[in-house]
Amino acid sequence: MTATDRAPAVEKPGQLIEMSWDPITRIVGNLGIYTKIDFPNQRVAECHSTSSLFRGYSVFMRGKDPRDAGFITSRICGICGDNHTTCSIYAQNMAYGIKTPPMAEWIINLGEAAEYIFDHTIFQDNLIFVDFCEAMVKDTNPSVLARAENTPAPHADVHGYRTIADIMRSFNPFEGETYKQALKVSRITREMFCLMEGRHVHPSTLYPGGVGTMPTPTLFTDYLSRLLQVLDFVKKSVALNDDVFDFFYEALPGYEEVGRRRVLLGCWGAFQDPAVVDYRYESMNAWGKAMYVTPGVVVDGRLVTTDLVDINLGMRILLGSSYYEDWVGEEPFVTHDPLGNPVDMRHPWNQTTLPAPGKRDFGDKYSWVMSPRWLHPETGEHLALDTGGGAYARLYTTALADIVDTPYVRSTGHSVQIHLPRSHQLPEQTLEWRIPLWSNAIERDRARVYFIAYACAMALYFLERAMAGLRRGDLKVFQDFEVPDAAIGVGFHEAVRGVLSHHLVIRDGMIANYHPYPPTPWNGSPRDRFGTPGPYEDAIQDMPLFEENGPDDFRGIDIMRAVRSFDPCLPCGVHMYLGGGRTLQQAHSPMFGASHG
Amino acid sequence: MTATREATPAREAGFDEVHILWISEGMSCDGDTVSVTACDQPSIEDVVTGVVPGLPTVHLHNKVLSPTLGGEEFLAPFRAAAEGELTPFILVIEGSIPNEKINGEGYWTSFGNDPQTGEPLTLNWWLDRLAPRAWATVAVGTCAAYGGIHAMAGNPTGSMGLADYLGWDYRSTGGLPIVNIPGCPVQPENFMETLTWVLYHAAGAAPPPPLDDQLRPQWLFGRTVHEGCDRAGYYEQGDFAADYNSPKCQVKIGCWGPVVNCNVPKRGWMRGVGGCPNVGGICIACTMPGFPDKFMPFMDMPPGASLSSVLIKPYGAFTRRLRGITNRTVNKEPKWRHNRDVLTSGYDPRYRR
Repeated sequence: MTATDRAPAVEKPGQLIEMSWDPITRIVGNLGIYTKIDFPNQRVAECHSTSSLFRGYSVFMRGKDPRDAGFITSRICGICGDNHTTCSIYAQNMAYGIKTPPMAEWIINLGEAAEYIFDHTIFQDNLIFVDFCEAMVKDTNPSVLARAENTPAPHADVHGYRTIADIMRSFNPFEGETYKQALKVSRITREMFCLMEGRHVHPSTLYPGGVGTMPTPTLFTDYLSRLLQVLDFVKKSVALNDDVFDFFYEALPGYEEVGRRRVLLGCWGAFQDPAVVDYRYESMNAWGKAMYVTPGVVVDGRLVTTDLVDINLGMRILLGSSYYEDWVGEEPFVTHDPLGNPVDMRHPWNQTTLPAPGKRDFGDKYSWVMSPRWLHPETGEHLALDTGGGAYARLYTTALADIVDTPYVRSTGHSVQIHLPRSHQLPEQTLEWRIPLWSNAIERDRARVYFIAYACAMALYFLERAMAGLRRGDLKVFQDFEVPDAAIGVGFHEAVRGVLSHHLVIRDGMIANYHPYPPTPWNGSPRDRFGTPGPYEDAIQDMPLFEENGPDDFRGIDIMRAVRSFDPCLPCGVHMYLGGGRTLQQAHSPMFGASHG
Repeated sequence: MTATREATPAREAGFDEVHILWISEGMSCDGDTVSVTACDQPSIEDVVTGVVPGLPTVHLHNKVLSPTLGGEEFLAPFRAAAEGELTPFILVIEGSIPNEKINGEGYWTSFGNDPQTGEPLTLNWWLDRLAPRAWATVAVGTCAAYGGIHAMAGNPTGSMGLADYLGWDYRSTGGLPIVNIPGCPVQPENFMETLTWVLYHAAGAAPPPPLDDQLRPQWLFGRTVHEGCDRAGYYEQGDFAADYNSPKCQVKIGCWGPVVNCNVPKRGWMRGVGGCPNVGGICIACTMPGFPDKFMPFMDMPPGASLSSVLIKPYGAFTRRLRGITNRTVNKEPKWRHNRDVLTSGYDPRYRR
């Protein structure tokens, strides 16, 4: 709770029961959530998140050819690997001093847009929404399901489901209509992706300097026709999601507290504008602001910066609860950035990864994830930023920044307007995502479906620009380059789940240091050396519980909804274990400060 | 293991029900699980909901797709199988197997906890218990098959493939060797096709899947990338791409296709869409036991290609010139296609005489 400013509730004498979920299902990678639950007060008293997987990319990439980095780092993640390749080639472009030809930028933007549409769809409808489906709600909150049966769906005219319970049934795994349709949509959108980047999830046609994809009328027509096939589904999804989430606020007063934390958001920007981006560090602020998703850091609803240089220099990788030895005694790789600004020893450019496997101890070291933080230049706080699952922070920063202005997506300073054209069944639509009151589980989930619409809309824009270029004969997709003996580079990109950075150092023409920081290390980080919990821990700790089951048949649905709202992806970062709904250990203990036994 | 196999009753009619215990807690990225959801010939929901005729009823236990909330609820079938209380099951392993002997008191990866001590259980602990009881064992992806990217030179975890861990002569209780379906990630249709073959075999309707000496399905991995690549025509004509702006053969800019066993260019990535060298992406040999170290740096010309591309040059250039001449000829219509007053096609209208 260090990072949040909520006052502790008035409690009855606590009887804490340890409950853990390990592994957590319906996410990517190994994640465990370990809690102490105060059933008399229906609250989570304490939470630790741990990941039990270490592979060591930063270790085995040392001494390899820098051009291999995009191919290797893609393998960090099986659902967003292309984000890594993209981010890596951004970083390599900077190091090699080259600029991608415009046509290749449009092709990469189209590939990444398809990745967002694919990934958010499969995660939202096939992984997260199982937590909101009829079968689950019946099991955890039967009274809520009873109410849902009698609650008409406000957007029935758009999606066709009469009641909220009808919507919930359509998400029952492997049986529900929306569940099955979403799997099909996840395939069509992956075909779109493969058209641009060759194959999913590890791209074949992405290179530093551009792409190997041949720009042809067929390429863009095949993409466009598939995009048109999914637009009805996307429009209906937004309506379905809004109906269910609004119902939860209404049916369970106080549900906004589930997964809630302080508004501490990071977004590193997505979709380059080829007219502006030159990949030079010196002009990074300018081309960062020109991205079609605006980068930024938001603290308590205020945009602190949109400057990628500020964002870069503020990064700090803390230890405290992670299985690594500290690197402060090692030689730094980068003492100053290309603008002359000093670079901190805790910055990814200077990091040396020294794995030190050990026993799991929640009072000491308990995770393979490190603790990335962002140093607030004004307050000196090491902020445990989260990404809200990615979509939430992207929409939030873009809305506040008031920069993005295209025929399809427009920022207003307080909202993002998304325009989708007419599709087979439904008329044209302008959706508006307004900055919500809370940074909580439901708003993270809601933002995800709006961002699917955002990515579809931007894809239409990128198609127009690409086809216009094609008709002018603009067919160059690759810029040749030489690998310098010594150079540094940084790539900033928005992975599906949020902030992604790659920091590269080249010495003697080889990789001297390479540190990728995907969103999940930020979201899934353990307590840092200041004792500040990571965002999952922070969002779950002190959270109220609404599940109707008691300790004996408790399933932890609210906790699971909170953690899944961040869209955990632990190959990218880091491991919940329910003691079979049984108590592992009962303890009479004070409310706070007790460690897991 | 032999004892276990002999202890298994002889199977005549096949199984009506099979559990698939899928552990992706190897050194993995879950990319093979994700990839499998891309397949719709057949789709994972086709298999799970039982619409494929002749297959046993399948109970899929996969972390990413599990309807459970996780933890013990998810682990229950794995724990039962480890105790010998759940048969038959197909064990699917995703990710390479780390060396936990070099680890002191720690762990590189874990899958659930020991209920007694609360300490993490390693993948290796599970393998030691589940592999001897599995009716079939499948390695999905190059990591599980051969070690893959996480077994790269310089890696700290000592990772290896499943056959390196269990032994290349391992046999499941069903008498099958490990079934390797390599690929980084696995090509979606390659996996589902192999799984359905194994399931037909479980149903008693098919022989064991034919595997090569690297334990790969022969019908999928028996040919090379190059043999199925639609840019191979450029190769034959000695016409090579100098950079990635070209639709021509990429062997001089990093493609290892001529020596790599994989069907992607022929098959496409999904439903015929996408691929690797056929769509401008050099083959980095991600299906191979030697991947990745024997193929890096990826963007350099493979040593063998420097010789073969020189050898093919004179023949290729000559052939290309001759074909150019013929191509110009066949791009012209025959001279009797015209709109004049007289027919010149050679037709003889005898009846009008």
